Amino acid sequence: MIRVEGLVKKYGEFVAVDGVDLAVGSGEIVGLLGPNGAGKTTTLRVIVGILEADDGRVEVDGHDVSSQPLDAKRRLGFVPDRPFVYEKLTGEELLRFSAGLRGRVGPEVDRRIDELLELWDLGPWRDELVESYSHGMRQKLILSSALVHGPSTLVIDEPMVGLDPAAARLLKRLLRQFADQGGAALISTHTLEFAEALCDRLEVIRSGTILASGTMEELRRQAATESGDLEEVFLRLVGGIEERRIARALTGDPRA
Amino acid sequence: MRTWREFTWLVRVKALSGLARGAHGAGRAGRIALVLGVGGLTLPGIYLLLLRFLRSLQSTAEVGPLLAAKLLGLGLMLLLSILLLSNLIAALSSFFLARDLPTILAAPVDWLAVYGARLVETGVSSSWMVALVLVPVLAAYGRVYGAGPAYVGYAVLVIVPLLVIPAAAGSAVTLLLVRVFPARRTRDLLGVIAAAGVALLVLGLRMLRPERLVNPEGFRNLMDFLAILRGPSSPWLPSQWTADALMGFLRGRADPFLPVLLWGTAGGVTALGAVLHQQHYSTCYTRAQEGATRRVRWGRLWNGLGRLLAPLGPQRRELVLKDARVFFRDATQWSQLIILGVLVVVYVYNMRVLPLRSSESVGRYLSSLVTFLNVALTGFVLAAIAARFVFPALSLEGRTLWLLRSSPLPASSLLWSKFWSGMVPLLVLALALTLLTTAGLGVGPEVTLLSVVTVTGLTTTFTAQALAWGIAYPKFESENAAQIPTSIGGLLFMLGALLTLGIVVAFQLWAMRGWVRSGLPWRQARPPSAEEMGVAIGFTVALCAVSGALAYRDARRRLERLEA
Repeated sequence: MIRVEGLVKKYGEFVAVDGVDLAVGSGEIVGLLGPNGAGKTTTLRVIVGILEADDGRVEVDGHDVSSQPLDAKRRLGFVPDRPFVYEKLTGEELLRFSAGLRGRVGPEVDRRIDELLELWDLGPWRDELVESYSHGMRQKLILSSALVHGPSTLVIDEPMVGLDPAAARLLKRLLRQFADQGGAALISTHTLEFAEALCDRLEVIRSGTILASGTMEELRRQAATESGDLEEVFLRLVGGIEERRIARALTGDPRA
Repeated sequence: MRTWREFTWLVRVKALSGLARGAHGAGRAGRIALVLGVGGLTLPGIYLLLLRFLRSLQSTAEVGPLLAAKLLGLGLMLLLSILLLSNLIAALSSFFLARDLPTILAAPVDWLAVYGARLVETGVSSSWMVALVLVPVLAAYGRVYGAGPAYVGYAVLVIVPLLVIPAAAGSAVTLLLVRVFPARRTRDLLGVIAAAGVALLVLGLRMLRPERLVNPEGFRNLMDFLAILRGPSSPWLPSQWTADALMGFLRGRADPFLPVLLWGTAGGVTALGAVLHQQHYSTCYTRAQEGATRRVRWGRLWNGLGRLLAPLGPQRRELVLKDARVFFRDATQWSQLIILGVLVVVYVYNMRVLPLRSSESVGRYLSSLVTFLNVALTGFVLAAIAARFVFPALSLEGRTLWLLRSSPLPASSLLWSKFWSGMVPLLVLALALTLLTTAGLGVGPEVTLLSVVTVTGLTTTFTAQALAWGIAYPKFESENAAQIPTSIGGLLFMLGALLTLGIVVAFQLWAMRGWVRSGLPWRQARPPSAEEMGVAIGFTVALCAVSGALAYRDARRRLERLEA
């Protein structure tokens, strides 16, 4: 599980995250939604220990990320927003490397690697260098590397990027099962349909601050809309662009 | 007209983005100071040295002018081969791998404008440094021959086509290579070709045995020598045409045919390149987007190495294995070892052929002095190799640093792995160089021991210092490992390493002065005393240990605070 209290992160004078509180319990999938530049990626990177917080507290499974980073990271699996990996390793070598960094070796790791590569249809590519993988294949490989050591908590930044419909569906089922088995998952995404279908709770962030949080029903109430899908709720909360301005941008006609 | 407008627009955009990068990038002030400092010292230095040399040649009536012309021809041929090689590599990036290409190719831009703009980009990025070096060279020739202002215009007239020809030819060859290989394989291939080319050049220069020039008995016949000097070295190469054109102008006998020949060739090669571009570029660009499907080889070797490293524990073992795999699978990295190997062979050979035994009486004294020179040169080579291979260690993690930072990997383990992966190969090289050269110099076991301890200490501290500066000044965005040490951090590392080296060698010379002087002809030769050895070794070990430990501690602190 994840607990974040009063998280603040600045880049120089710019405040990227400003007092964020959120929690992801065991067996729960929480979606972090927000417009570009809202502070989603920064929040996730502080949670997984890549960035240091300027203020506030982050715990993973009861371990403080700042004072007990290694204990917290042992329980985490992380998928970044852009799938950069070592181009000169093969898919299998990358998974073995990822497991080795977490102190996992031996037949159990071999079995996990086989299972994950087969699950994502990467079996035929296991001995190919990553440099020859497509964007979607890299995403699948990084998802596998986040799972290879059997984490209790997953932090995923934009999971759907590059995935085909079959892989996207597989990911949804996988995350549901992960949560049903007691795992905790925090997911940042722009794919509102994915978030609506999968997440138990949603956190809407803008300008580094949580605007609204709760279940879909609770968000509808906060957005003062009786019905409507997540897109409508989201746009009501963070604001959208008027139809007139879109028409003007398309036609270049100021009278539109 | 439209094509010309598109061409100038593409060139302008590229120039503006390059200028913006220079003006706003990190370490701007330092970069400017470095460029001005190095340029301000090097270019006038080349001018003054060449001026002096050419004037001394002028005083030799028959041979001097011939040698000056020969020297210009050889120099331009060397520059032409360097230009051809660098244009080949630059063309791969600008024509096939640049990130802005999809945007440009999706726009309704004429193919000729794209070809022209990319050719200019390739040529400028490959040739600006060569063009800069040519300025003091040509100025020195002009001054010696008393050339007027028209010489400047004439030099530009015959040098510009010399820069255009390798740019157009290199781009065309790269296009044909990509037609056959995927672009990423071509990059590997060009890396190996470049490294092998440099290695052959070094070997070739060594095989010319320039030391024979100072040995008058080496000349069989003066007439033969003059005949060789009078003949052109390579009449089919544009570099020779340029040299002949320049020398003709300087002697007041300008041949109007040579500029026409140069411009005609430049135009012809560019036109040929344009035709090839029109016919093949689309297919080649498509091929360049294909991933280089590569199944790894040597699987058993890697498994064996993995088993060998098992005692290190899973984290450190995987880190060392990963670094070794990435290094030996990247041709742009391992191919540098070819150059390194050739330099080592040439260095060891040079040490062995030093004429120390020409006079028995001073031979001993010279040998003992050369021992220290050898340590200094080995140290310099080690510092340069550490700058090239150890300094970029963290920067090369680059965009994949998230994988390490989000894992439960202590900074100390990461640093440990980088330190030993860098130090062990460096130490093997250092010891091989030292033992081979000291054996050739014929020094005793005490001095060999001192040399071995010194290079071991230097290797240790240089590795730690290179890591510390590399972590303090990382370049995560760089895709070319060879460019990473050319930063301010790389310069600071070299200064620190050379300072350490200077102190060590100077102190050893002071501590061992009694032994060195005992080699003088009128003294009684003796081996170094235990006291001399103790002081020299003790100081060296202490200095290397303290500087290495401080650098290592600094590296660990910075690594712990590093954000990815």
